[in-house]
Amino acid sequence: MGDERVEAMEIDAQQRQEVAAAVPDGFNADYLRIYYGKLFPYGDFFKWLAYGNDAKHPGCDQSYIGRRELSFTLENDIYLRFQSFDTAAELETSIKEKCPFKIDIGPVYSVDPAKRHAYAQSGNNVFVPVERELIFDIDISDYDDVRYCCSGADTCLDCWPLMTIVIKILDTSLRGDFGFNHILWVYSGRRGVHCWVCDSRARKLSNEQRSAIADYFRVYKGGENSLKKVSLTGPVLHPFLARSYTDVLKCFFEDKLLHSQQLFASEERCQKILELIPDQNVASELHDKWQGNRRSSISKEDVNAARWEQLKTTLQSGKHKTQGLRRCVEEIVFSYTYPRLDMEVSKHMNHLLKAPFCIHPKTGRVCVPIDPNNCEDFDPTAVPTLSQLLGELNAAGMQIDSENDWERTSLEKYIRFFRTSFLQPMLKACKEELETAYSAKLQQSKNTLSW
Amino acid sequence: MEIVRSQRQLAAAAAAASGGGSGAGALPTYRVAPQLEVRLEEFELFAIDRLRVLKGISDGLSRGKRPEEMEKLVSELWKAHMRHQDPAEALNKDIISHFVLRLVYCRTEELRKWFLSMENTLFRYRFRLESPESQRLLMSEFQLPYKALPHSEFEAVKDKLSQVARSIGQSASVESVFFKVPFEEVPDLVASRRVFLSKGYAYVAMSQVVSLVVTQFRCNISKALVLTNRKWTATIKEQEKDRLTPIVEALSNAYFGPDYSQPNDATEISPKDIDQLARTSFPLCMRHMLEKLRENHHLKHGGRMQFGLFLKGAGLKLEDALTFWRSEFSQKVGSERFDKEYAYSIRHNYGKEGKRTDYTSYSCQKIISATPGVGDHHGCPYRHFGEENLRAALNNMGVGGNALEGILDKVKNRHYQLACTMTFEATHGVSCDTGINHPNQYFSESQKVLQAKNQTVQSQLST
Ligand code: SF4
Ligand SMILES: [Zn+2]
Repeated sequence: MGDERVEAMEIDAQQRQEVAAAVPDGFNADYLRIYYGKLFPYGDFFKWLAYGNDAKHPGCDQSYIGRRELSFTLENDIYLRFQSFDTAAELETSIKEKCPFKIDIGPVYSVDPAKRHAYAQSGNNVFVPVERELIFDIDISDYDDVRYCCSGADTCLDCWPLMTIVIKILDTSLRGDFGFNHILWVYSGRRGVHCWVCDSRARKLSNEQRSAIADYFRVYKGGENSLKKVSLTGPVLHPFLARSYTDVLKCFFEDKLLHSQQLFASEERCQKILELIPDQNVASELHDKWQGNRRSSISKEDVNAARWEQLKTTLQSGKHKTQGLRRCVEEIVFSYTYPRLDMEVSKHMNHLLKAPFCIHPKTGRVCVPIDPNNCEDFDPTAVPTLSQLLGELNAAGMQIDSENDWERTSLEKYIRFFRTSFLQPMLKACKEELETAYSAKLQQSKNTLSW
Repeated sequence: MEIVRSQRQLAAAAAAASGGGSGAGALPTYRVAPQLEVRLEEFELFAIDRLRVLKGISDGLSRGKRPEEMEKLVSELWKAHMRHQDPAEALNKDIISHFVLRLVYCRTEELRKWFLSMENTLFRYRFRLESPESQRLLMSEFQLPYKALPHSEFEAVKDKLSQVARSIGQSASVESVFFKVPFEEVPDLVASRRVFLSKGYAYVAMSQVVSLVVTQFRCNISKALVLTNRKWTATIKEQEKDRLTPIVEALSNAYFGPDYSQPNDATEISPKDIDQLARTSFPLCMRHMLEKLRENHHLKHGGRMQFGLFLKGAGLKLEDALTFWRSEFSQKVGSERFDKEYAYSIRHNYGKEGKRTDYTSYSCQKIISATPGVGDHHGCPYRHFGEENLRAALNNMGVGGNALEGILDKVKNRHYQLACTMTFEATHGVSCDTGINHPNQYFSESQKVLQAKNQTVQSQLST
């Protein structure tokens, strides 16, 4: 690399920073207008939701995209449900004009949702959802009883691994067990992740089938009022749980969370874990041990690991291998690490979910896609913010060599990822399915003709 | 099906011949309405007997009975109400009663759901009692296109299959006949992780085939109910207005008793009374949710539905409901966000948005079978609380001593509604013979008791 280029890059980086500093942090309608004006990837967004039906092929369902509900939340909290669009241009015009603070995506209905009232007159239930991605919504605020660094909507690099676990476990199972291929993971902009399973097979699932999948992933029982939240029964674990445990949960628990959350660092925290042991004698045996070695030479960093080892040895020693205790080590790990889904969102077709590439009004961060294959590397605190993007736009203002404005901002890598890793393979599959379905239909009508 | 007033000819022969859905022997699939003539008295009597069975199943489910217990219960109920010495007669009764109840239960979404789920459970357990040959015959009657897994494929996944079997407490020796089917067709097995899944396929053991068959059964009946409903409203109701219609209507009332899920227009409650009413007249599940709502200024979806619809059923009008929920939620999320994100679903519950169905409040059975997750407060405390929490909650209601132990004992035996009934009796000092089967029933019975007491007090004062 020549010195000149190095210099140019340095200047560039310096400039970026300077100008970025000139765009004060924050979130407001003016910023958002620029974002929607220059950066929002309308084309890709529309292509996604059209699932191949926007092509010229005779097998395309021209009404498909127009039956999809989008809903907008405007600046003054006006909530516009049942918006629908036939073309990418219509969508773009409307978003630019209304400048929604939040865009939600709903199901595809039997009829254009904007005209639902016209149909409502004509009788029985004709306005019903007919298709919808299988979705998952995971909120880190649902983990408040097992994290000590943050609470509520806050998150940091110490507790974010809980979300990494979710992605690893669900992604592996959705592909390996359920055979889905087109899965999009999205940062929710503040406190969690969203998952969109977009295979046509997933979009056509009934509510009952959605519930079944959500239940397959569920190990939590009993709600807020039973002490033991996870109950693993049976002499061995189902292959899915066993795999999740050995491949993901155990390592994250022992190598990360044990230390980052200081799970055994105080009397109170130990007590919480001991409560998960059904045998009182064993629990108090451990309790006494820990009381004893509190004053011993174990340093603060080691106390978590040491106590965890003691707990494991005690529970797994032959002496205590009774029925109830057999699963106890696993149950503790599951309690502290296993994904907690918002079940209702996944179970019904008609839940709305925030669209990718929205900006979260509280953090100003873009809801960017996350690469499940590299989800350990995802850092929520490094996701571009609205003001940062505008700063970058300003800084790059002089250059005119790029086709899209976003190519000159840090949004680029996310949009490229969305295109190449998600959109393109999915549209290819859609096209193939469309063609197969169409020729099957032709074949069938031929057969009926020759009868 | 033809209904005649008195004499009747034929029966079983016709049923079998017409494919009245008599499948492989004793278990019919009810695919085609039978060409039978039925006497009006039988029309009603058969239906009542079948209802007894379905009602018994519904009670069993709401006690949270395990599959083995359900199997026993179903077979006992069937013997008690549907048996006949002549197998042909028994088959007739089976088919006729099923089709009569279709008429009774086709008329609303809520009724269809109940009927479908009870018939489904009935079919499931009856199927399990059939011999393997007749199970196979039934499979082919449902035209399930599955071939058993070839040996080579079977060997490749054998270890996993055995792991699944052990995980659900069966022996490790793997059954030898498996079917590989799209997972969508066995949702119940997927939900309870009773199958091995790979690449979108579920590996279903011969002993689990009932799930495949039941999926098909359910789908058929569900479609048929919608059709029956159309026919009912379009023609039957009017044509039969002097004969069948009154019977059908009486039948649905006879069983359900007063409908607690519909708001009683006579009573109205206002937001300011709610705390007081909760203390005197709410069942534990609703007291608990009110408490949590007051404490967190928030309830998750399941709680908003269960509690919101209960309040609606107790007579809280829409405008008051909005005021009530807003006053809590706004403390947590602000009233703007409340109006934007939550108000819609409240109006929705009152039938003012969306599909505009007027939603009805949940029965105990539905509440008991809920599966609350982390952060959820809905469900039935008798079922979903740990013992310590339940003890504390009951103490709070002023229940202690023998009464408390008795209640906890019922809970251990999974008689949740009985436990709730005993709580009612302990706190109201009267017996409740009907038993509690709906939170709104608990509420209105409680109000009745309290009003009666008030009146006695007043009349004593005035004398
Ligand atoms: S039995 Fe019914 S009314 Fe009583 S607490 Fe449970 S759900 Fe509520
Ligand atoms: Zn944190």
